[in-house]
Amino acid sequence: MTGILVLEQLLNGLQFGLMLFLLAAGLTLVFGIMDMINLAHGSLYMVGAYLIASIAAASGSFWLGLAGGVAATAVIGVLLELTVLRRLYERDHLSQVLGTFAILLMANEGVRMIWGSQPVPMAMPAALSGPVELLPGFSYPAYRLFIIGVGLAVALLLYLLVTRTRVGMQVRAGASNREMAQAMGTNVRLLFTALFAIGAALCAVAGGMLGPLLAVQVGMGESILILAFVVIVIGGIGSIRGALLGALLVGAVDTAGRTLVPLLFGQLLGPAAAATAGPAVASILIYVLMAAVLFWKPRGLFPSHG
Amino acid sequence: MSSSVLDHRLDPRIAIPLLVLLAALPLGLDAVGESFYIGVASRILIFALAATSLNLILGFGGMVSFGHAAFVGMGAYTVGILMQGGVVSAWVAWPAAFVVGGLFAFVIGLVSLRTQGVYFIMITLAFAQMLFYLMASLKTWGGDDGLSLASRSRVGLGLDLGSDTQFFYVVLAVGSLVFFFIARLLNARFGHVLQGIRENETRMAALGFAVFRYKLIAFTLAGAIAGLAGALLANQGNFVSPALMQWSQSGMLMVMVILGGVGYLYGGLVGAAVFLLLEEVLVGYTIHWQFGLGAVLLAVVLLAPNGLLSLLRRRGAV
Repeated sequence: MTGILVLEQLLNGLQFGLMLFLLAAGLTLVFGIMDMINLAHGSLYMVGAYLIASIAAASGSFWLGLAGGVAATAVIGVLLELTVLRRLYERDHLSQVLGTFAILLMANEGVRMIWGSQPVPMAMPAALSGPVELLPGFSYPAYRLFIIGVGLAVALLLYLLVTRTRVGMQVRAGASNREMAQAMGTNVRLLFTALFAIGAALCAVAGGMLGPLLAVQVGMGESILILAFVVIVIGGIGSIRGALLGALLVGAVDTAGRTLVPLLFGQLLGPAAAATAGPAVASILIYVLMAAVLFWKPRGLFPSHG
Repeated sequence: MSSSVLDHRLDPRIAIPLLVLLAALPLGLDAVGESFYIGVASRILIFALAATSLNLILGFGGMVSFGHAAFVGMGAYTVGILMQGGVVSAWVAWPAAFVVGGLFAFVIGLVSLRTQGVYFIMITLAFAQMLFYLMASLKTWGGDDGLSLASRSRVGLGLDLGSDTQFFYVVLAVGSLVFFFIARLLNARFGHVLQGIRENETRMAALGFAVFRYKLIAFTLAGAIAGLAGALLANQGNFVSPALMQWSQSGMLMVMVILGGVGYLYGGLVGAAVFLLLEEVLVGYTIHWQFGLGAVLLAVVLLAPNGLLSLLRRRGAV
């Protein structure tokens, strides 16, 4: 239990939290503005990761893969919105669950048809594969630092877009009262298609960045989708600020839980108990966090609706 | 006969032929040499039971629970764990699964029912995930790999559940009893109050009904029935694993209910049958059957917004 370990875990938590935020941001705006549950959001993350991995492998350049894959995923997102999701906005949550669950099944199977069942390997850019010495005696993988940098930059851009621009103002107006925003002359439909493109692009960025760390495989979207839902529910639906804080909180708690809980249990209860209960407690920690938040604040930490 | 929209009577003109048809099914399958499908039929009935229990709270109570598979899983684990401990009697294991499912639902409902709408969906999901990870990490009971059961539970009475046909009849008997009970409950005062709460919770509270208590009782009962379905499922496959409790399983139960018809007495039954039969048929054609399944579900949601049974209602048949 040293300061270095804590620092390393904090950075890991920050890195994971920022990637979660990229997913949660799109999901929460869709949720907040259109009151739409989109189970297929994680599929865009998966499709993005596959496209980036393939383009990177074909071109030999990680960067080309990232740019091409993000653009392609944004296009797919727009197509999905125009053809199917648009028809589900006015429907109840149950129809949305069924419709987007169907898309999720088709996306998983479609990916399996094209790329097969085996995970697709994805290499990190060579320039970033080494460690960086942050403090004397403490080095941290350069690639993870890079993810943190990109995550912070995208989060900042998104924050500026939402809080400082006219489009952002319309998004916020739509999120707090869609009918009123429409009455005041906002073209919510068009705005929403654009928003969906951005959401899909953010998914692809997260998928592409996490690809080299986690496996690029069928079903990778589901586990992270659940985490993204946890994030926005903790943060308060429709709130970008809530999504960011929720994501950082979940990232930190999840990462800390995985390293610190087994350590703590080992010291308190002995190695045998730690081996059994440690992983169990570590993996349920964020759900305990979520249940606790909802127990005390049933609308999340930063509710955006009145 | 039914005058109120709150009534969902078990019309004997539908129920009795259906029951006769199901009872004759194994004989028919044997006759055409397709005994394999008796197992499939048992599976459909078990999922119909689980989906109907979800429909009780989702369709009639308006509670969109996204963690229903957890109760199915806990029921299944109850049977598995008891069997590991040497208890093979169904008379002990099945009621135990019912009670365990109900207990978990009671505790989870106590916390979750404080929230509303999307938050309720998510908190039920959170609890289900907790149970999923808990069972996946408990090595004593198989962890990720799950538990294999040595045999099916025993019911005595000269019945051998090891026979797929006899197991089917026991499942049919249990399922019919529970289905009948749910139908009675929905047409009783309790069911009418529950549907009133679905329509307008505030008004029901203002009328003096203990809304929270009604919802909690319904939630607990649905969990208990799901636990019983889990017990049957454990016996059917002789295997229990955390995969039973995965969120996608909860999603699948929900899809069955929505597919069949939310708030229709036969919604869960029709949904489970269509979903699993579709799966069975598509698996025979292609390894990419999930793509076809997704396409069919998408078509249903776009063309039959209120589930398959709503198509019949439009024509006045249900």
